[in-house]
Amino acid sequence: MATIKLDNIKKSFGKTDVIHGVDIDIADGEFIVIVGPSGCGKSTLLRMVAGLETVTSGEITIDGAQVNGVEPMDRDIAMVFQNYALYPHMSVEENMAYGLKIAKTPKAEITERVAEAARMLQLEPYLKRKPRELSGGQRQRVAMGRAIVRKPKVFLFDEPLSNLDAKLRVQMRLEIKELQSRLGITALYVTHDQVEAMTLADRMVVMNGGVADQIGAPLEVYSNPQTEFVAGFIGSPATNFIDAALVPDAPKGASKIGIRPEHITLLPSGQGKLSGNVVFTEALGAETLVHLRMNSGTETFTVRQDGAMDLPVAGDPVGVDWGADDEMAFNDKGRRV
Amino acid sequence: MEKRVTFKGWLLPMCLLMPQIIITAVFFFYPAGQAIYQSLFIPDPFGLSMKWVGLGNFEYLLGDSYYRASFVTTAVFSILVTVTSMGFALYLAVLADRLIKGSGVYRTLLIWPYAVAPAVAGVLWLFMFNTRVGVVSWYLGLLGYDWNHVLNEAEAMGLVVVASSWGRVSYNFLFFLAGLQAIPKSVIEAAAIDGARFWTRFRTIVFPLLSPTTFFLLVVNIVYAFFETFGVIHTITAGGPQQATTILVYKVFSDGFVSQDLGSSAAQSVILLVIVGALTIVQFKFIERRVHY
Amino acid sequence: MARVTQDGMVEKRGVGHYFTHVGLIIGVLVIFFPIWLAFVASTVTQSDIISPPMPLWPGDQFLTNYSKALTSGINAPVASMLMNSFVMAMGIALGKILISLLSAFAIVYFKFPGRRLFFWLIFLTLMLPVEVRIVPTYEVVAGFGMLNSYSGLIFPLIASATATFLFRQFFMTVPDELAEAARVDGARPMRFFWDILLPMSRTNIAALFVILFIYGWNQYLWPLLITTDPSMNTIVMGIKQMFPSGDDYADWPVIMATSILAMLPPVIVVVSMQRLFIRGLVDSEK
Repeated sequence: MATIKLDNIKKSFGKTDVIHGVDIDIADGEFIVIVGPSGCGKSTLLRMVAGLETVTSGEITIDGAQVNGVEPMDRDIAMVFQNYALYPHMSVEENMAYGLKIAKTPKAEITERVAEAARMLQLEPYLKRKPRELSGGQRQRVAMGRAIVRKPKVFLFDEPLSNLDAKLRVQMRLEIKELQSRLGITALYVTHDQVEAMTLADRMVVMNGGVADQIGAPLEVYSNPQTEFVAGFIGSPATNFIDAALVPDAPKGASKIGIRPEHITLLPSGQGKLSGNVVFTEALGAETLVHLRMNSGTETFTVRQDGAMDLPVAGDPVGVDWGADDEMAFNDKGRRV
Repeated sequence: MEKRVTFKGWLLPMCLLMPQIIITAVFFFYPAGQAIYQSLFIPDPFGLSMKWVGLGNFEYLLGDSYYRASFVTTAVFSILVTVTSMGFALYLAVLADRLIKGSGVYRTLLIWPYAVAPAVAGVLWLFMFNTRVGVVSWYLGLLGYDWNHVLNEAEAMGLVVVASSWGRVSYNFLFFLAGLQAIPKSVIEAAAIDGARFWTRFRTIVFPLLSPTTFFLLVVNIVYAFFETFGVIHTITAGGPQQATTILVYKVFSDGFVSQDLGSSAAQSVILLVIVGALTIVQFKFIERRVHY
Repeated sequence: MARVTQDGMVEKRGVGHYFTHVGLIIGVLVIFFPIWLAFVASTVTQSDIISPPMPLWPGDQFLTNYSKALTSGINAPVASMLMNSFVMAMGIALGKILISLLSAFAIVYFKFPGRRLFFWLIFLTLMLPVEVRIVPTYEVVAGFGMLNSYSGLIFPLIASATATFLFRQFFMTVPDELAEAARVDGARPMRFFWDILLPMSRTNIAALFVILFIYGWNQYLWPLLITTDPSMNTIVMGIKQMFPSGDDYADWPVIMATSILAMLPPVIVVVSMQRLFIRGLVDSEK
């Protein structure tokens, strides 16, 4: 159990700066998800916490102790890798026990802890198998098991679910969340998948180009994004952006207005704040996505409608409207007005 | 290709490298340096002192008709060995590739001569063609052909070429078979549907697609003929008759150890060094290209 | 060449199929013939051989000839030559694998000053056979008093980088995350090497062992130079020493028995470890 503190962390590879000063305070037992597109520096940040990358400047503190120069093994962390990094020549049991064996844990205790982790993860029938004899989901569990048996202060997850198929991903997501809250171990989780981030996080860190754009609870980030990037990245389908000049009553200083697809209502042509034509519709059952081309120019708009509603078809002219509270205004630097 | 380097420290990696560095320095770099150094001197007749001659040894060698003859011998020998062993191997590989199953059995039957040392191969072939007891030479005699590789230069060359090629067939066969099996069957089937008969298909489709393997084997076999056939020559002909089978490597040995002409032998070593270097570069250029395919 | 029949466009059927087999069998027989003849010669008497043509079917002197070769030979008993060859081949194979594993590990998994330089120094030795530098190498070995010794037979032939290069290539394909996972698990470098890298390299090590064993066993020129004492002769070079210098008849049955004994170990290795052998061959030429 531990708190983690990142204080103005910077990282450069040679002359390239990849992380420009990140501050995060993580409370004991908290589940923090770092989310962002590829290349935003999220994995590098995690690897610095793990001790696999050096910190160029700034301070990392775990449980009040500065760990910048401390070897990974002495940080009391456990890590789950994207490709699992299971030792191919060792059985499931040996994979999980390896760290404990190095730490010279008594044999009886190793057996007990591995058995407990195996039970938790339903791996008991597979203990004697080699990784290559397991399915993707099972390998993922072994990687989790290897982290659990260590009883670390901190769990680090580097995109652990991205090699699984969609259905398994949803299932493992739930299991990870359940396990973490049961064990109460502080977790730092990196992903590029915003749905994963929304569902897992106590708080999430949205990274963009080596900067933490926003840190907050998932719903807070969703409903109150601090930057244009966050507004566009979090939420699916993505937020619609239009030139503030085209929107009646736009706030002062705004250059762009963002409105989420789910906050828009369709009206007959000529009514509402803007008008356009339907390009095509995607019926997904519970909901239907209506794609519009606005009369103002080339902008396209996505509108999310209840699947049961009577909807316009391609070519129909329509008007769109939204509540003033749902308007998110950004200045020309992309910051929230 | 660079790995994310994962461990820190310099003392441990140095210790890990030390055995190889020491062995390489003592038994490779130092002797190679000595060869270059000695190639610039002539020892006096009593071996007490060395006289600096600069490039004199090289000049002498290049003007020496025996050395020039040895160059020609080496060239003829390597070309013959390469062509013989690759030709026979290709013939066998093409046949084996035509089998739907069973090519593995032939592979097992054909690969093991690779394990026979060139020197032992030399003894086997010497026995078959021995002028007094050889089976083959005896039957040749029945046919009215008087085989005598001890006196006849061409026959001596022929015998060392065959003996050197024999074990090499296995090696070439393996690579040719692998190369043939890597050609997509659909390409050959398409040609067959276009009406190309076996020979046409081989000439216009298979052989061009096999050319990376062929080129690779060409270089490797030349290197083999240059440097690894010493045992064959030493056991069968000892370089004779009249130096007709004295290839360059054999001459380094006979000048250095038999005639004790150290300066000349060292200069010859340096020349061989340059040849190996050139062949290595050719091979690497080729590998590079193959990687980019 | 067999004709392409109407129904079998590419794969051979019927008559053509048999032609293929016949062609291959002829090839196999040609390759086999010298060995067969050597085997026959090793089972007959000297008088069978010196009155040509010699028989083409084995005789009844198998035990006599082989036991004579093994126990007394001509200059030295072949049994001791076999032993010397075995020590030399094992020494070269194991020694080269050991130093190469260590140096490849250092070059791939560490960053230290001079890493690039060392890599290139080792790399330079990649293709230079001992034949090219025999005289100075001989002087070095003589200077160390290593003539007629196992270390003299082994060390100069270990000084080449083929194995280092091969292991380097293999280590590069091992995912980085494995080393990182081991670090997180608390493994220090040598522990990682021992517990993870080495077991993962097992197949490569075995394949290389096959190739290097044959390479070591089949050495000729080097043992010829540095073993003047018949008790240190290796079998491959020892055969040549069995020929008389004058006009006398060579003791062919014993020489041929020795030849068969000389090729037996490497042939057994190749045939019994065929898959590893082919893999090693392909890897080491890549």
